[in-house]
Amino acid sequence: MKANVVIVGGGVSGCAIAYNLAKKGMKDIVVFDKSYLTSGATGRCGAGVRQQWGTEMNCRIAKASIEFFETANEELQYDGDIEFKQEGYLLLASTEKENEQFKKNVKLQNSLGINSRKITLDEAKDIVPYLNTKNLVGAAYCPTDGHLNPFLLTDAYYKAAKRLGVKFYMGTEVKDIVVKDNKIKKVITDEMEIETNVVVNAAGGYSKDVGQMVGLDIPVFSENHEILVTEPVEKTQGPMVMSFSLNIYCQQTPHGSFIMGRGDKEKTPGYNIESTWKFLDRMADTVVSILPPIGELRVVRQWGGLYNITPDKQPIYGRCNIDGFYMAVGFSGHGFMFAPMTGLLIAEQIMGEENTIDISKLSLDRFSKGELFLEPSVV
Amino acid sequence: MAKTIICRCADITQEDIQNLLDSGVTEIEEIKRFTRLGMGPCQGRTCMQLIQRIVAEHNNMHIKDVKLHTARPPVTGVKLKYIARGDE
Repeated sequence: MKANVVIVGGGVSGCAIAYNLAKKGMKDIVVFDKSYLTSGATGRCGAGVRQQWGTEMNCRIAKASIEFFETANEELQYDGDIEFKQEGYLLLASTEKENEQFKKNVKLQNSLGINSRKITLDEAKDIVPYLNTKNLVGAAYCPTDGHLNPFLLTDAYYKAAKRLGVKFYMGTEVKDIVVKDNKIKKVITDEMEIETNVVVNAAGGYSKDVGQMVGLDIPVFSENHEILVTEPVEKTQGPMVMSFSLNIYCQQTPHGSFIMGRGDKEKTPGYNIESTWKFLDRMADTVVSILPPIGELRVVRQWGGLYNITPDKQPIYGRCNIDGFYMAVGFSGHGFMFAPMTGLLIAEQIMGEENTIDISKLSLDRFSKGELFLEPSVV
Repeated sequence: MAKTIICRCADITQEDIQNLLDSGVTEIEEIKRFTRLGMGPCQGRTCMQLIQRIVAEHNNMHIKDVKLHTARPPVTGVKLKYIARGDE
């Protein structure tokens, strides 16, 4: 069997890359995933989409992605609805230092056309009336950030790609990639061998393993981040409420349930995605102290998923020194919300086109050059 | 045919599931993600055996060979305020 492009990973990134390539006229595209569609990080994420970032690259990729979501149902000719809701992200600062960072971030965001603004705690209470501002210093708000259903967006990309001829092999695990004279030659799965000169690593939490198949040591690690969801209730909260220093994000979905998560600095890197009592305990503490009425809601389910983290919390995009090997990895918890641009930018590189957004700063060699711009705004 | 509700939490009918299976979906995990079946307050405790049977019949399998969804904690819905320690 032969293919022009093999994509490893049936998450939102892999599906978006497949769709964009097919739309540009690429034939014989194959996508492999070791499990079902969205079985990895995509289907486990917090479903938030935001533009309030602290680095220029993250801001630009996020803004262009949000613009895509606004017309995604039509663009992808989806037979469903991706459940895009734009009711903003309300970011909370609990220290003066964090508040100062917000001021810098908003200035950067505004310079790139993102309509975020620095707001007072009184204004924050106008947006979320039951917000407990006791331990807070300031806030920032962007009304065009929001929520999107990860399963349905991936399904929309998947169906659109399939209509354009992309072949998907779910439940098929890539075991090895053959490289000869520094060129990609073949992909070996547990079910077949496929000759190809182009492989895209969109393996999310398992991207380092796929890198090792071509002898590449990608500077990423994976870490379990946990989430919980409550029973659905009537609409009570518009925006995502998020604080980096207090370690929380919490949003009501259009369906009515509240999704919330937080990080845990004591977690060890690895592929374990189990649910812990500790998370439930700390999450409940945090959300009840910041958003007291949410304490009345029953938590019905908790789960974990893998962040694939780079040293500067920005993705690794594009080519490397192995001819034909492309990367869309290391999203550090934000691969879902960047997917439209990931799809477009990687497809442009494979087609030999000029990139819509210059992503040379996000290539793998930034780590050996030491040209890092650390993203400060991550939970 | 009268509407047969399979998932009472998310109002998913037998027909909804049949349509998904006809479109090529094979696993309960996928049906769950596309429809929210088993994601409501009952967490699949009411509907999972019914859905297992529908999938088994559609795929010509024995019901014991149909993979169940991952059961996740907590075992029953708990108000967050009962887990929280209160304002610190």
